Amino acid sequence: MIFFLETVISGLMAGVMYALVAIGFVLIFKASGVFNYAQGVMALFAALTLVGVMEKFGVSAWIAIPVTMGVMIIVAYLVDYFILRHLVNEPPIILFMATIGLAYVLEGVGDIMWGSDVKVLDIGLPSGASDYLLDNYNLYIEKLEIVAAVVAAVLVVVLAFFFQKTRVGRALRAVADDHQAALSIGISLRGIWRIVWSVSGFVALVAGIMWGSKSGVQFSLSLIALKALPVLILGGFTSIPGAIVGGLIIGVGEKVAEIYAGPYIGSAIENWFAYILALAFLLVRPQGLFGEKIIERV
Amino acid sequence: MFYFESGQFKKSYREDQAILPIRQDRIGIAVIIAVAFGGVPFILNDYLLNAVFIPALIYALAALGLNILVGYCGQISLGTGAFLAVGAYASYKLMTSFPELNFILVILLSGGVTACVGMVFGLPSLRIKGFYLAVATLAAQFFIIWLFNKVGWFYNDNATGQISAPPRDVFGFQITGPAAHPVATYLFVLTFVTFFALVAKNLVRSRVGRTWMAIRDMDIAAELIGIRPLQTKLTAFGVSSFYIGMAGAMIFTIWLGAVEAGEAFNIDQSFLVLFMVIIGGLGSILGSFLGAFFMILMPIALKQTMVDGLGMTAVSAKHMEFVILGVLILVFLIMEPHGLARLWRLGKEKLRRWPFPY
Amino acid sequence: MSSIKEGEVLLSVENISLAFGAVQAISNVTFDIRKGEVRAIIGPNGAGKTSMLNVINGFYHPQEGTITFAGKTRSRMLPHEAAAQGISRTFQNVALFKGMSTLDNIMTGRVLKQKASLIEQAFYFGRGRSEEIEHREFVENIIDFLQIQAIRNQPVGRLPYGLQKRVEFGRALAAEPELLLLDEPMAGMNLEEKEDMSRYIMEVREQFGTTVALIEHDMGVVMDLSDRVVVLDYGCQLADGTPDEVSASQQVIDAYLGVSHD
Repeated sequence: MIFFLETVISGLMAGVMYALVAIGFVLIFKASGVFNYAQGVMALFAALTLVGVMEKFGVSAWIAIPVTMGVMIIVAYLVDYFILRHLVNEPPIILFMATIGLAYVLEGVGDIMWGSDVKVLDIGLPSGASDYLLDNYNLYIEKLEIVAAVVAAVLVVVLAFFFQKTRVGRALRAVADDHQAALSIGISLRGIWRIVWSVSGFVALVAGIMWGSKSGVQFSLSLIALKALPVLILGGFTSIPGAIVGGLIIGVGEKVAEIYAGPYIGSAIENWFAYILALAFLLVRPQGLFGEKIIERV
Repeated sequence: MFYFESGQFKKSYREDQAILPIRQDRIGIAVIIAVAFGGVPFILNDYLLNAVFIPALIYALAALGLNILVGYCGQISLGTGAFLAVGAYASYKLMTSFPELNFILVILLSGGVTACVGMVFGLPSLRIKGFYLAVATLAAQFFIIWLFNKVGWFYNDNATGQISAPPRDVFGFQITGPAAHPVATYLFVLTFVTFFALVAKNLVRSRVGRTWMAIRDMDIAAELIGIRPLQTKLTAFGVSSFYIGMAGAMIFTIWLGAVEAGEAFNIDQSFLVLFMVIIGGLGSILGSFLGAFFMILMPIALKQTMVDGLGMTAVSAKHMEFVILGVLILVFLIMEPHGLARLWRLGKEKLRRWPFPY
Repeated sequence: MSSIKEGEVLLSVENISLAFGAVQAISNVTFDIRKGEVRAIIGPNGAGKTSMLNVINGFYHPQEGTITFAGKTRSRMLPHEAAAQGISRTFQNVALFKGMSTLDNIMTGRVLKQKASLIEQAFYFGRGRSEEIEHREFVENIIDFLQIQAIRNQPVGRLPYGLQKRVEFGRALAAEPELLLLDEPMAGMNLEEKEDMSRYIMEVREQFGTTVALIEHDMGVVMDLSDRVVVLDYGCQLADGTPDEVSASQQVIDAYLGVSHD
């Protein structure tokens, strides 16, 4: 029983990590209809830059993080200037493939700037198992994962506040709803995109820090982007709470399937479980748990 | 003045519908075919044949398949790697279970098996589109590769999990296996690919090609005309997977000789063929060839320039390659979404007017 | 082709009601269309006219009511069934296949008449070849009829709006329909283009006996072309009769043509 609980909680924690990356996707998709395949690479790039800045310039995390954030904002502006500006009216599949191209560029640039070996990311986050839980409840849960869960919760609250209460947030919601209408009341579409991509960059940085602290900064971080697709299918492409719920379901589902079905079918079920689950969802409820239903008009 | 069409009148619809209605095009193609069959194998050395032309032609076959699905029918697929694997493993099982089976039949049957698998994974496409369909194909990609790694039957339970292609010959010439001669292999692949390029061209300009494009451009209107979406999409998946399966079988038996599922046919392969299709030109038969040759040549050319020419290390050259590849994708998508094929056509247009550009 | 004779009822819709969630698009509408006539459906924007066509096509399924076409009654029909039975249409926002040429677009209209197998098409022999040529001839006749020879190989995405509508009309004709549904075929056209289009519609009716149902806002066109008119407003039926009868109806004048305040 304890083991099952640990599995579930471990899955929940993994799910939180997925959710962190998925939130970045949702932001960009809501505001510009673009599915940003490069989100995972952005997390990797952010983490790489953070570590690189800390090592090369010997500064503490308190300075390095704002610097990295600055870099991500520059990236957002560059993406808008060189890519988004030219592809405004293209069909979604073209935009999607453009983000694949972006992913390759970011990955290459990141490797060239900071090297491609695995790096250790240590910004002072607690590591090791939580003694409190271990002693009192006999549960092995890492402190880092608890921190990640808290961070994710805080992030969601901050983002919710941002969208509901601030002027920029309102403009973002307007753009997400209807590009034309937003344009007609004077909202600058490109300004919004730059903001959204910057915020996404911030979310990517948070995700990169969490993942990097947990397993080191390495290339496999960018593969998380692929896992985010099933998360979004489950949660709905346009919903932040959906991204969280979807991430949690996938996280738990994977772990449980691996531990309990693994011995019968074969190991490494985690490779494909999320996708098959998403596929099943697609056939039953394509808009996800929280997404919007699309009505086709002729 | 060499490329004028004037004076070449078509006297019947049949003439107008020929694949190469302009005489200069016919001459051009004849020259290319003559050079490809008669010149290349005897002029180029073995290395170039093995490292460039043979893989480029095989990948062109895969690109043709993917182009049919993505370029003509508008269905996104990220599962090409897995379908290449299906073709490869199908050919392996066929060759080991039926050693007397003619090699050409092996390739065709491998394509057939892949077509069936492709249609199964294409079933969701009736209800889902765009990114959602990409997820279904990703599911195929990861699940199928996992299957080939885990289930022993696929690799005849040998210890390493790797599969190797037994030697086979066609008309007395060794095509697979260590004793295969590059020239014979090249001619075999060239014949195969040319034949199926012709088939693809026929398909895309007939009724079935039009139904594919109708679904791509406006599927609701297509349905209201009487085009059945599920049948059309499944046909696209089927034909596309047939081509990709044959290519996979050839990659395994002819080019690589031995593969391990997780490495040779992973998600990078899916992206590789997708890039060939984008850069070469979506919805273009010629583009599939141009894209394949481009993507095979580019890493080699880049490495030679950067490592030999500029003295960079192999590792940084690899990173640079990523950047250049990404930039190229972006440039093509922004400036010329119809890829190299469109540039080619624009070039011909200029040629029509030369030397009178006004 | 059906066995309905000229003047008899070809299509009738009875007690059709259609709702999208809480929005009632059509409420209890009943009318019929006789073979060989030109039937206009008019009404203010949002009246449910396009939805009505979509119901006839099988694209929307009404919650209540039945559709009887060529003697067969049903409550729901799938789009390709409607097409197979001889119902063809054009769309309010031109729904051409933008990536294909004019010729190819109209050729897709022939898709239900082509029976060649995949193998025959793959090797361009047998029916694969003969059908292409035979249907090409048919389509070329339509191209001549509509006088669009000059643009036959151009990708339709680049054509001016008026020409696009003409190509779409050609595509609908290519299917040799029994019933032709036209959704605002004259929208966005200038006077000359409207006259051309009116002429085509009349010729199609005279030469091929095609029955036409059209949605149109231009009252002049409606009065000139149509034999009978049905008026919709907010999904309800206001009037049904000849153009003269309908334009004299007080209800229609109030709803559609405006109430004066004296």
